[in-house]
Amino acid sequence: MSRMIAIYRRELAFFYNSIIAYIVMMMFSLLAGYFFYNLLAFFNLASVRVMQNPIASQQLSLTEGVLQPLFGNLSIVLLLIMPMLTMRLLSEERKTGTAELLFTYPISDWDAILGKYFAAVTVLLTMLGLTLVFPALLGNHADPEWGAVVTGYLGLLLLGMAFIAMGLFFSSLTENQIVAGILAFGFSLFFLIIGWIGPFVSSGTAKVIVQISILEHFHSFSRGMINTNDVVYYVSFSVFFLFLCSRVLESNRWRS
Amino acid sequence: MIEVQNLTKYYGKQIGILDVSFKADKGEILGFLGPNGAGKTTAMRILTCYLPPTSGAARVAGFDVLADSREVRSRIGYLPENVPLYLDLTVSDYLEFVGKLKGMSKKRRRERIDDVMEECGVSHVRDRTIGKLSKGYRQRVGLSQALINDPEVLILDEPTVGLDPQQIIEIRALIRNLAGRRTVILSTHILPEVSLLCQRVIIINKGKLVTVDTPENLKSRLQRSVMVDVTVRGGLEEIQSFLESRPDVRAVTHIESTDESTHSLRVESTENRDIRESLSSAVVERGFGLVGLYTTDVSLEDIFVHLVTKEDVD
Repeated sequence: MSRMIAIYRRELAFFYNSIIAYIVMMMFSLLAGYFFYNLLAFFNLASVRVMQNPIASQQLSLTEGVLQPLFGNLSIVLLLIMPMLTMRLLSEERKTGTAELLFTYPISDWDAILGKYFAAVTVLLTMLGLTLVFPALLGNHADPEWGAVVTGYLGLLLLGMAFIAMGLFFSSLTENQIVAGILAFGFSLFFLIIGWIGPFVSSGTAKVIVQISILEHFHSFSRGMINTNDVVYYVSFSVFFLFLCSRVLESNRWRS
Repeated sequence: MIEVQNLTKYYGKQIGILDVSFKADKGEILGFLGPNGAGKTTAMRILTCYLPPTSGAARVAGFDVLADSREVRSRIGYLPENVPLYLDLTVSDYLEFVGKLKGMSKKRRRERIDDVMEECGVSHVRDRTIGKLSKGYRQRVGLSQALINDPEVLILDEPTVGLDPQQIIEIRALIRNLAGRRTVILSTHILPEVSLLCQRVIIINKGKLVTVDTPENLKSRLQRSVMVDVTVRGGLEEIQSFLESRPDVRAVTHIESTDESTHSLRVESTENRDIRESLSSAVVERGFGLVGLYTTDVSLEDIFVHLVTKEDVD
């Protein structure tokens, strides 16, 4: 446990001592701000238009008009950013040879995997934390559903953690960071849009495919609901890829 | 302290090391000598549990490298050849990190880090970033991380490669000081380094163990014997067993056969004395056809030097 924490702190220090974490947080905040402004401006325009119509203005909801699309957009930004955060985690150690020292210390593979995983998750938490300023602004001028804000953020966190686990796995496969990044990005996108094929396959297959889709499980979070099966999905997604990662580290030793 | 039995490692179909066995006692400095690609690094990686052997067994401090890998790893200090360090950390932060990974308590870390930095002569650069240090200092930091847990066994892969002569002298002095309490295994392809540092030498070539001996014995072995190459017509096995049975012959090696009945063999005498005359008459008396006989210019030392500095010769 103390060894895992040592690796966690070293990785975190690397993120924050290098420019990576700051660039990532800056881009994420910038894009989130842009989305937020756009969505709010549009919502504002819509509410002015329906002011005279009491029924229509009843139907206009801050959750559906601003929060839900905001979380949807941020999930796509996470898709773009997470691979860049995770691609160096294990591949760089192999490239520079530090893996040889790291894995001859009396640590377990899991110490390394979880230390690195939670370091990236911590950066993710900081990124998401910075964007809390938008719901706060919203709360200052309107009355958003705070429950939906909480579930939306929980969804983003779980989604990001799933991307990180997958990114870490691809980083264990190669000593080339770019390759790890592209693989992580490609497969993240694939898992996100796998549901698109639903209408063109048999209904049984479609049900399975929809259940695999990352995006499908995100919807209810952004609508303000927590479904157990969605939480279970994201957690098992992460655990699965972290497990694969540990297998790769093990087999690297036997093959090389 | 270290026991290696019939250790074999294949990389796919390529041989890493083949059937290597040796022992190292407590407090001994053991040298691995051989050209690049001989299998020195492979052997060290197995001893440090970085690679599992294909077959055979290795025990370090009484623990098996496969079954009790973690016990082994907590008792060794390892310095890989290219000294892979985290270049973004300062020397003291790095040693602190390594100390934690080696499971040392906070109190012990504080004691050891200062001691080790002093021992390796890096105290005055403790707050410098490793990436900004020279190769010589990185080597010292590499040694520091190996030593931080006060390991029973120290494994150093080419510890002086890429250093300037002054740095080489300093690192060698450092390694000599480290011995005594610890068992040290170091690899090198520099001949004099072995005689300067090691109590025993293991010569490996192409993954196979050539010989194990003390540097002194190796030297006297080289000086004592005379080598004669004979080319003889007859059955190879008969010739070989005949030559080996002679009292003035220590060893016979088959060099080549030009055809089925003509064989060249290298004969090593037991004493430092010319055996050409007695050898030629004995061969002829026995009824073999003596085609050629000459003292060879290639002494064992030449072979030895050629073996270990092959990459420079080729």
